[in-house]
Amino acid sequence: MSINSSGWKPEMSQGGAPTAETFTGNRALMLEEPLLFEIGSIGKTGVDFAEVPEAASRLGGLTREAPIGLPGLSEPETVRHYTRLSRQNYAIDLGLFPLGSCTMKHNPRLNERMARLPGFADVHPLQPQETVQGAYAVINLVGEWLCKLTGMPAVAMSPKAGAHGELCGLLAIRAALEARGDAREVILVPESAHGTNPATAAFCGYRVEDIPATKDGRVNLEALKARLGPDVAGVMITNPNTCGLFERDMIAIGEAVHAAGGLVYCDGANFNAIVGRVRPGDLGIDAMHINLHKTFSTPHGGGGPGAGPVVFSDALAPFAPLPFVEKREDGSFHLVEEETAGEHHADTFGRMVAFHGQMGMFTRAAAYMLSHGADGLRQVSEDAVLNANYVLRQLEDVLDAPFAASGPCMHEALFSDEGFPEGFTTLDVAKGLIDEGFHPMTMYFPLVVHGAMLIEPTETEGKAALDQFIGALRHVAERAKAGDAALKAAPVHAPRRRLDETAAARKPVLTYRELVTAAAAE
Amino acid sequence: MPTYFTKEHEWIAVEGDTATVGITDYAQAQLGDVVFVEVPPAGTQVEKGKEAAVVESVKAASDVYAPVSGEVTEPNGALEGDPSLVNTAPEGEGWFFKLTLSDPTQVDGLMDAAAYKDFVAGL
Repeated sequence: MSINSSGWKPEMSQGGAPTAETFTGNRALMLEEPLLFEIGSIGKTGVDFAEVPEAASRLGGLTREAPIGLPGLSEPETVRHYTRLSRQNYAIDLGLFPLGSCTMKHNPRLNERMARLPGFADVHPLQPQETVQGAYAVINLVGEWLCKLTGMPAVAMSPKAGAHGELCGLLAIRAALEARGDAREVILVPESAHGTNPATAAFCGYRVEDIPATKDGRVNLEALKARLGPDVAGVMITNPNTCGLFERDMIAIGEAVHAAGGLVYCDGANFNAIVGRVRPGDLGIDAMHINLHKTFSTPHGGGGPGAGPVVFSDALAPFAPLPFVEKREDGSFHLVEEETAGEHHADTFGRMVAFHGQMGMFTRAAAYMLSHGADGLRQVSEDAVLNANYVLRQLEDVLDAPFAASGPCMHEALFSDEGFPEGFTTLDVAKGLIDEGFHPMTMYFPLVVHGAMLIEPTETEGKAALDQFIGALRHVAERAKAGDAALKAAPVHAPRRRLDETAAARKPVLTYRELVTAAAAE
Repeated sequence: MPTYFTKEHEWIAVEGDTATVGITDYAQAQLGDVVFVEVPPAGTQVEKGKEAAVVESVKAASDVYAPVSGEVTEPNGALEGDPSLVNTAPEGEGWFFKLTLSDPTQVDGLMDAAAYKDFVAGL
């Protein structure tokens, strides 16, 4: 890179330049920030409450006798504290966020504007149903789009996140099997599945068994077929999988599982790579969750719980959870709940949530769907795949790409630490990327690849941004391969140097009080 | 006391019908710094080839499989306070658990030290 567009002058803090200590510990705009406990003081407050009138306590002997010891700060002190911390953070609004498997893509501002419209932002879950018809219409709209895009007949909009959606899918599978008097014990999970899949199956009461991967990084169909039998409730397959590859045998897998009496759960976290190109319903899938924050650009976190809607096949649709929005013949909407489910949804496995869902996520997803349209969504997945392949092919000469020969990748490029000299690891590359001003890629996942580096550039990055990231990663990888000892010290430009992750995990200090005790002991 | 090895990188030192189980030096090197170990309590029935313990490092969490079937007689309590023993002495103080073998002939299919060394060299 010849142009330093950031304006930062790296030589200022390197080599022979004097690094004068400052009185404050700040380095110009890089501000040090103590903990709230260190800057606040007990008894100080930023708000002026009215005196509490004398009243008889109803707490019995439970009245607090001593102050709780929380630090008090004025409003500007509080605002500055969090603003300063935020400046030390990395965010999708600052730059490319290559965290594979997480899909850190741009959150369109149009979505935000729509989510803040009073009729959506201010609704209360206990409002009379006739006063939230517009909100129900949006939920119904998103559900209809999801059904159409996946080619599946039914959808549950209530699950709050991807893993919650997985649980929803497996609870439906369990309910369907039990309804036919055929409770089974085992869920098969291939090595290339998402890590949450085995946890979900175990939480649902199933025994998890691994299915090995083929050399090219896909599910071993023959091994899967050999394991199927009357004890197998189903399989959980991530497609595209965590090696960034499309499971080409998906239809054959579905047929084999169905022939053995099992059901097929697909982890749809990577649906963003195939939306508009492949309809999971055509592949023999019975249930699949969709992460609205990945495929439909709602923010991670999203100001509350997320949303992980689950689409169902005809076989599982009768068991879908309550509550759900239903359209009446007159065009109005109502919520099907326990009181009304008996009429036409008696087989439901029950309720997973107190209230229907996260309205803010639905509104944002609806805005994304409508602003992109069918053709736009298709281009989103095509561009995501194109960008990942660009990264893969631009870097495969310097980083080992274990599945480069398996054909084009999907939306994420996977590299290994093969070829690094003794003592240099994926962790060093990640730390070097921090110095280059990037959030590191996903490391050491998937487990099937040694020292894995999983990179998901997403469709929202242009060629210039990709080239800058590729240049940075190439530079760091070359330093690692050359055995540059200075890389072991990275990051050197970050607000904090390399942290002792081992000590943090072995002896975690989780409260300020522990910190004080630990400091006093030393 | 003969020691045997599995393809999943567990070792088992057998003495009559009792044995000590741990993970190999190769395994700890692959895992990196171990930060947590979950060992089965005494009385647990473990089954050859099935999960018996969990080891978590800064990189990953992995299952440790029972090299043979049997009943756990003693977990290594020291690992709870100091999981780094798995890194510093994987084939010594960093052992995982002791067990009573339910079928001593099960060790016959395992590798000896020389065979395991060749196996690791081929990885």
